[in-house]
Amino acid sequence: MSDELAIRLRGAVKRYDEITAVDGLDLDVPYGTCVGLLGPNGAGKSTTMRLLTAQAIADEGELEVLGFRLPDESKQARAQLGVSPQLDNLDVTLTVEQNLLVFAFLYRIGRADRRGAIERALELANLVDRRDSRVDKLSGGMRRRLLIARALVHRPRLVLLDEPTVGLDPQVRQGMWALIDALRAEGTTILMSTHYIEEAQRLADTVLIMSHGKAVAAGAPGELVAEHAGRQAVEVYGPPNRLAEVEEEARAAGLRTRRTGTSVSVLGIDSADGGAPEGERRPANLEDVFVLLTGEEID
Amino acid sequence: MAVATQRQRRLGRLERPALAGVLVRELINYSSYWRSSMFSSTVDPTIYLLAFGFGFGSLVSEIGGYRYVEFVGTGTVATAVLFSSAFPAMFGTFVKYQFQRTYDAILAAPVDTEELVTAEALWMAIRAGVYGCVPLVVALFFGLDPAWGMLTVPGIAFISGFGWACFGIAVAGFAKSIDNFSYIVSAVLTPLFLVAGTFFPLDGLPEWAQVAGELNPLHHSVELVRGAAFGFEGWIDLLRVGVLVLFGLALWRIAIHAMTRKLVD
Repeated sequence: MSDELAIRLRGAVKRYDEITAVDGLDLDVPYGTCVGLLGPNGAGKSTTMRLLTAQAIADEGELEVLGFRLPDESKQARAQLGVSPQLDNLDVTLTVEQNLLVFAFLYRIGRADRRGAIERALELANLVDRRDSRVDKLSGGMRRRLLIARALVHRPRLVLLDEPTVGLDPQVRQGMWALIDALRAEGTTILMSTHYIEEAQRLADTVLIMSHGKAVAAGAPGELVAEHAGRQAVEVYGPPNRLAEVEEEARAAGLRTRRTGTSVSVLGIDSADGGAPEGERRPANLEDVFVLLTGEEID
Repeated sequence: MAVATQRQRRLGRLERPALAGVLVRELINYSSYWRSSMFSSTVDPTIYLLAFGFGFGSLVSEIGGYRYVEFVGTGTVATAVLFSSAFPAMFGTFVKYQFQRTYDAILAAPVDTEELVTAEALWMAIRAGVYGCVPLVVALFFGLDPAWGMLTVPGIAFISGFGWACFGIAVAGFAKSIDNFSYIVSAVLTPLFLVAGTFFPLDGLPEWAQVAGELNPLHHSVELVRGAAFGFEGWIDLLRVGVLVLFGLALWRIAIHAMTRKLVD
């Protein structure tokens, strides 16, 4: 039982037949913070989310959400928890408002507060004008906002956002970021999974990098970058044979590299300025950290 | 071991707000599709009633002392119940699970699988209670005499509808794909539907088929509705109610088991 942590996982393990989707995961989400779960598809982010709502039951480990032990007391935890799933599961033949009304009942909001709760959620998600629209007439971005509004209708203490911007256009994604940021400013505790580096970097107070069901690093995005990838990287563009050369030279100079499509990034050059190749200098980022720590490319 | 006892403790806990939440969801959704649902669940048995009632009725004027249209009119109540509970339960549950992922959304709220299954079955049972009366009303127009006992028909339809809804949910829970339903429809539902005493009395069949008929819950619904229309038979009909209640309770637990396996990893 913890007073400061909205989520506390210790050694959580979840196996599916041969696959261990979550493999001894420790996770802390302090109240009032936004924690990002970052990792490629298949890292175990969605399984972690399912464990937190007891839609998956852990094989091993201690799991606590809002002070309730899972899976025994999961229902009490879920009453104060909002979940925005990765896969859209709105009732598409109902209107925006009807979807919120259903969840006002499912979350046991009393009759006197129901109207107010729905209005508040509509305003928060900027869907007041679309309240009477059927969900199947909404754009992808509006549906995402409605999913989040639905998760907030009962003013939960903790919100789980599973890939909140997956499949959205870049400008729509920025709208979602503004919405999540507003939540954060209100003091809502958020656990967000994403495989977009920029999203984690912008929104999360702390990031937990996951790979193959394990946490490989955790900390504030800036600190993780400084600790693992240094301050700067050099990006070298060129034909494939030139890129291979750059990689070899960098390795000889004791520097780490990673391929980024058409270029090679030479990382951590602030510690070895002399040996850095010619190219575009850029600040090191979380993606560099991720590749360094896991050896995997994200996306 | 620890997990097993935890699961047992959660089992059987049915909170009213959770049931109400799921029922409200169904009710609000129903407002968007009630026409098609009402249509198929009532027109189908009515067509059976008219086709058999008049088709066969011209060949067979009387069965067991009743006019044939009265015999079929009371019998098709059970058909309407089956059509409005087992079929929507099978297909609806599968679609909500597989394609709409509705159950993922509901189980993220403070609702457990047993509450979800119970509320869904109750909802379909209530609907079956209403839809089941349609053939009877149609038969009244074709000369069936009204009787006070008919007021029990919604109740009979509700009890057997609950069992068939749980049957459908269990089938959807066990099915790997929606194609699996063909086996259930052809191998289970069609024979049960035909050998229920709806269109012809079972006492003309070989003895083994009569015994099998007594195991068919649909047959007991048919006989109970005839009892409601033409006079109950006392303890035999009580026994039939008992069979339907047991059928419902057993399938209810099986449906919860099947859906828990499916919904909770």
